[in-house]
Amino acid sequence: MNEDWALYEVFIRARSGLEHKHVGSLHAADARMALEHARDTYTRRQEGVSIWVVRSSEIIASDPEEAEALFEPARDKVYRHPTFYDIPEEVKNI
Amino acid sequence: MSAAAESALGASGEDHFRYVLRLADTSLVLGQRLSEWVGHAPALEEDLALGNIALDLIGQARLLLSYAGRIEGRGREEDQLAFLRDAPEFYNVALAEQPNGDFAATIVRQALIDAWQLELYHSLTASADEPLAEIAAKALKECRYHWRFSCGWLVRLGDGTPESHVRAQEALDALWRFTEELITPDALDVRMASLAIAPPLAAVHGRWEARIAAALKEATLRQPASQHYPWHGKSGVHTEHLGHLLGEMQHLQRTYPGATW
Repeated sequence: MNEDWALYEVFIRARSGLEHKHVGSLHAADARMALEHARDTYTRRQEGVSIWVVRSSEIIASDPEEAEALFEPARDKVYRHPTFYDIPEEVKNI
Repeated sequence: MSAAAESALGASGEDHFRYVLRLADTSLVLGQRLSEWVGHAPALEEDLALGNIALDLIGQARLLLSYAGRIEGRGREEDQLAFLRDAPEFYNVALAEQPNGDFAATIVRQALIDAWQLELYHSLTASADEPLAEIAAKALKECRYHWRFSCGWLVRLGDGTPESHVRAQEALDALWRFTEELITPDALDVRMASLAIAPPLAAVHGRWEARIAAALKEATLRQPASQHYPWHGKSGVHTEHLGHLLGEMQHLQRTYPGATW
């Protein structure tokens, strides 16, 4: 049956204020079923308060062949990292 | 029998006990049926979904059986009530005990009961019986999801391929006769309603019928004509399927009385 079902990627928001994070994928025949499967597969242990599903075929991914051109130029630009000042202890989630 | 002669709500202890058992046993038996799918569902994700619903139902049954045991006042707890009663002492609706059949039959059975439990528990949240109203409020949230799941599948199968449509319609035709007792009050239903412990079943009937009719329309399925049938699980008169189900469910406690993990 799964051969007829599309692959979906699942994103879960663990709690309010946090971003949705990719948690895995699943098969479903339609969007509604994908949401239900995501709920039943990935939130059984109270992992989340919100779910996004998106068809895997809708995701536009970078080409590994282009990794050098895309990512190498950033390597020698350490001044872009916020490492030159101290973050106060009270600040979370930065 | 030392069951309370009359509860604070004015109900006879036996009536009250039996009414709560009806709710408990329907959830327990349906949960046991659904758990038979674990490891056999058509897809891994469906396996999890059916298992989750089974666990919700068994959780409802545990709360209700514990409460029934307190009403009865003879020291029986949830385990004794679940594992040491025989079929004629079970008061679940007979629809819940019908075999799983194919996936379409399971979905049709589930949708018919989910819509009914959803409407019944919705009304029971306003019960004069406060512990029962609290259990109903918890169960209601679960039932909303169960209905979402089963109604979605009912539409998908009914309005799906020619084969899935035929299978869903056949299941509906075969199971429809068992819906009569869901919506037809008997003497106990009437007595519980007169004490505001239970809702008048006529109110549940109307909302259940509207929900089912809308789902069947979207699923392009034909609602069968109403059929009278003589078995009423909620009075303890069951089809032959319940005994087999209990044989499996109760086997361990019957063979090794008092066994624990």
